[in-house]
Amino acid sequence: MADTLSTPAPASNDRTRLIRASLARRHLSESIFRGLGLAAIIVALGFVALLFVDIVRKGVPAFTQSNLHLSVTFDPTIITADPPPVRTAGQSDADFNAANLKWQRDVAMLNWNKVIEASLRAAAPAGYEIDTRQILSIAETDARHRVRELFVKDPTLLGKTVQVDVLASANADNWIKGNINRDLGDAQQQLSAPARGLIDQFETNGTITSGFAWSIFTNVDSRAAPASAGLLGAFVGTLWMMLVVVLLAVPIGVASAIYLEEFAPKSRLTDLIEVNINNLAAVPSIVFGLLGAAVFINYMHLPISAPIVGGLVLTLMTLPTIIIATRGALLGVSPALRQAALGMGASKTQMVFHHVLPVTFPSILTATILGVAHALGETAPLLLIGMKAFVAAVPATPLDQATALPVQIYLWQGNENRNFFEPRTAAAIMVLLVVMIMLNGVAIYLRSRLEKRA
Amino acid sequence: MNSLIIAGLLLVLLGLAYQSGWSRGRGLATANGVKVHSRPQYHGSYVAIWTLVPALAIIGLWGWFGDGITHNFIVSQIPADTVQALDQVGLNATIARIKALASGYGVAGEVLPYEQTAGDALRSFQFITFLVVIAAAAIAGVAALLYARSRVTARHRARNAVERVINLALLACSAVAILTTVGIVASLVTEAYRFFTFINPLDFFFGTVWNPNNAGSAGNWGSYGLLPLLVGTLMITFIAMLVAVPVGLMAAIYLSQYAPRQLRAIAKPMIEILAGIPTIVFGFFALVTVGPFLRDMGNFIGLSINATSALTAGIVMGIMIIPFVSSLSDDILNQVPRSLRDGAYGLGATQSETIRNVLLPAALPGIVGAFLLAVSRAVGETMIVVLAAGNSPVLRGNPFEPVATITVSIVNQLTGDTDFAGPQSLVGFALGLTLFVITLCLNIFALFIVRRFREQYE
Amino acid sequence: MDMLAGKVKMTHQTVNSTMNPTDALERPIRLHAKDVTVHYGAKQALHGISIDIPDRAVTSFIGPSGCGKSTFLRCINRMNDTIEGAKVGGLIELDGENIYDPSLDVVELRARIGMVFQKPNPFPKSIYENVAYGPKIHGLARSKTDLDEIVVSSLRKAGLFEEVKDRLNEPGTGLSGGQQQRLCIARAIAVSPEVILMDEPCSALDPIATAIIEELIDELRENYTIVIVTHSMQQAARVSQRTAFFHLGNLIEEGVTEDIFTNPVNKQTQDYIMGRIG
Repeated sequence: MADTLSTPAPASNDRTRLIRASLARRHLSESIFRGLGLAAIIVALGFVALLFVDIVRKGVPAFTQSNLHLSVTFDPTIITADPPPVRTAGQSDADFNAANLKWQRDVAMLNWNKVIEASLRAAAPAGYEIDTRQILSIAETDARHRVRELFVKDPTLLGKTVQVDVLASANADNWIKGNINRDLGDAQQQLSAPARGLIDQFETNGTITSGFAWSIFTNVDSRAAPASAGLLGAFVGTLWMMLVVVLLAVPIGVASAIYLEEFAPKSRLTDLIEVNINNLAAVPSIVFGLLGAAVFINYMHLPISAPIVGGLVLTLMTLPTIIIATRGALLGVSPALRQAALGMGASKTQMVFHHVLPVTFPSILTATILGVAHALGETAPLLLIGMKAFVAAVPATPLDQATALPVQIYLWQGNENRNFFEPRTAAAIMVLLVVMIMLNGVAIYLRSRLEKRA
Repeated sequence: MNSLIIAGLLLVLLGLAYQSGWSRGRGLATANGVKVHSRPQYHGSYVAIWTLVPALAIIGLWGWFGDGITHNFIVSQIPADTVQALDQVGLNATIARIKALASGYGVAGEVLPYEQTAGDALRSFQFITFLVVIAAAAIAGVAALLYARSRVTARHRARNAVERVINLALLACSAVAILTTVGIVASLVTEAYRFFTFINPLDFFFGTVWNPNNAGSAGNWGSYGLLPLLVGTLMITFIAMLVAVPVGLMAAIYLSQYAPRQLRAIAKPMIEILAGIPTIVFGFFALVTVGPFLRDMGNFIGLSINATSALTAGIVMGIMIIPFVSSLSDDILNQVPRSLRDGAYGLGATQSETIRNVLLPAALPGIVGAFLLAVSRAVGETMIVVLAAGNSPVLRGNPFEPVATITVSIVNQLTGDTDFAGPQSLVGFALGLTLFVITLCLNIFALFIVRRFREQYE
Repeated sequence: MDMLAGKVKMTHQTVNSTMNPTDALERPIRLHAKDVTVHYGAKQALHGISIDIPDRAVTSFIGPSGCGKSTFLRCINRMNDTIEGAKVGGLIELDGENIYDPSLDVVELRARIGMVFQKPNPFPKSIYENVAYGPKIHGLARSKTDLDEIVVSSLRKAGLFEEVKDRLNEPGTGLSGGQQQRLCIARAIAVSPEVILMDEPCSALDPIATAIIEELIDELRENYTIVIVTHSMQQAARVSQRTAFFHLGNLIEEGVTEDIFTNPVNKQTQDYIMGRIG
């Protein structure tokens, strides 16, 4: 050891030379590494941007839609139904309803297409040659229902002419928006040549105008009349499910987090519960769907395709997230606060409910909203409990058949009329994303506000 | 209407009970100056709980058995020979008509005399039973109230009793998580077992052909070989990890080590946006944008790539997992003590040398754990694959071809309106069990690694 | 208080007898600092520190915690660069060369000015790899034998070789606290730095391990310029030839160790030595 110590410190030029020799290479590799990191960020952010731009670019056109302004004449020669029934004295509710329904059935049996055809022809240039099937392909098939409903609501319209706006058919909308290559031959076109010609004329004479597609928000899904397909039913279905999730997952999740964090004795059992919850949080969502199908539907005989079942499944799926987040928040409360409360003679329950919970409220609220937002976008488990069935009604209760926003997206992307439904699916995605962004925004806003106050 | 009355009754009982407990507790405190154990609120809550439980129990019992009793009553009102003559559907229709008559809504068409008498009888029956139930609930509640009230004394530990009830309620809530796991395991195992009574487990786990005969019957069920699905799942997971791991890890490194504060403050939440996007959206993106793009790229360089393929689904799934990998890696990297980095800087290591030679080796176990969690997520992902993988359950190794995965087949086989009678739908549970076991093992292993890593630096 | 002061003086004389403390004054100046200031964001941590540090002697920085002694130490090899929001002003010269010159390579600087930290921080690698890491990244070893030689001699200089020679391939984290700190010293030596900065190197160690490290420091000063930050006045008295007293981000007094401890000029230094400033 003595010899090493006696040699002077090797601050020689040799050493400096060696170090300097490799510096350029080392700095190059530093820049490369750093560049790779930056590239990764750019790639990741690029994907975010690409996804949003792509969805918006595809979805925005679907928010405008072609409308037909028609003068509809309720021609008594076509509308030959009896006048609506009048309630007689002593008639039971049931009897009157039966009579009324019969009248509506009679009205429905009338050839309303003739009414539509007549009004379309009235709008067309005089003498334009087009057959019935071709001219009817311009208006959406639900036009006759719209006109019929007007009559059912107000039978005095008989013989009168009123202005009615109906939707142009999906194919007409595609033609107008240029979603279809106009140069394709007749065989490849969805619409016949006379119909296409008439649509162009309608556009010039103002019979067809394009406006905001309210149908997306005010209508339920429709297969027969694609242009009128809307999200209302799915939206309400999702709302019901989220109601179930909020009413069940939040109290149960917060309560079990409180129990596990504050009251449970530290034992093997609590360890097991902890591991169990962590694993439950990572179980694929589709497995929760299997659970729902086997337990809620097959064993408990809850109604199929119902938001209540979807809500229960999503509740079980969201529960671990809420429990973990709440426990994290409770864990973050300083021991000083707890000791202060206990030192004042508060019982453990009082300490938790009077002191610890209020402090953690903002974090719990945020976690809850984020959990609900996550549940909102979940699709796979809902498919397994029958929520992919076609439902053309707004569910009045959580027990009615329904679908959900993400499932509606799934159903629409599979529709054969791709030209029309691809933009509409993208539009539905935009609606879903806006709802989720709003939820997240509310979470961020509430957290910042509550934290400031606390 | 009825439920409003019941709710009103319960509320009145609740208010009365709380008030009486409260005032008695308060009277104790003011009357003789004795030290009272619990505050009046607790005495009030104590009496209220005592009152509500029996009342709720009676109403709950009626809710549970009431329908059956009413049904039997209606049947007893219909002449026996008529009951004999009707089949199940006809009987139900008759019962529905009688109920409609009793409610006053009436029925369409001719009302048979016996229907009318039965309807009238039902109406009075419903009225009387409702009164009886309400009265019973009220009496039970009041009796319990009086009993509980008599127990309120200065030394009575009302607070402890109330807190015990709260405690029990909390315990019941945390049992839900356990019950969920039990429910998952029980339903998967029992239904999978039923599946294995149709199909030999060996044919399932080692079969190379997936071709369920969805219209089949005994002897002609079709083939249920897991391997094509497993290979498809693994292939997509592998591709996803190829995308997510380098990008996610490098992004985490850049954000945690290099990025200036402002960039970090913007980029981190932006990347996390990806994590909040529903998978169905990624699926749509894969189907209409990424798939066609890859196909055109393939055509351009002379490769035959299907628009829906393992590659499409894998790449998009990788994008979806990027934030997962990057935020977990970020956490892990931040847990490596600063002193280690300082040690390397102090020796004259450049930043990248420090990261590559010191930080990453130190964080390796944690990062491996994070990757395993990401793998488990990829294996269980459904919607991207349903939309973009092409659903072609054939055993092959070409990532440019369509494939099917375990999750896709679950969705295809379980449409929601089956009665789980044949292997066609039951196989969904066998697949679910396989999926559950795979992800469970990955998770337990990953959490174990991550936990050990954390303990190392605590 | 008098008792403590006496004790300090005594130990100081027994351990530090190998070199006349005044010798340090005659040695050439290695490091020169003038008006060094440090800001962490809006907060100023150092207020114009000026000091000269002699070659191949031990200079210790003492002062109450939070006084800026570690901050100043970290300026000397620009470790403050790695802290976000830290801004260094003033001038620090190594052999007359400004170390904050933009054209100067900080990697090369740190190879010349090594550092040992408060808590032993061996890398999660083998003992051998820990010591070999510096020479490897700087390209100091031409061959494996070269590297082996550097590792062995560095471990020898750190007085660790005999204890670990049979387990060079075992992880460095498996050593005891004192051994780990000596491993970190060996790691620093392996790059053959000219200056070694030590930031409270014994604060995490037991008294026996501390004594071993102090002896090692005393041996190392033959070949290296050493700057040590310590919270222990006894340690400063035992190992250093020169001592600087920091208080609230200012350098209060600096001089030959013996003078500082026995005859401080400044009232604040005196208060600290007497234990009146915590």
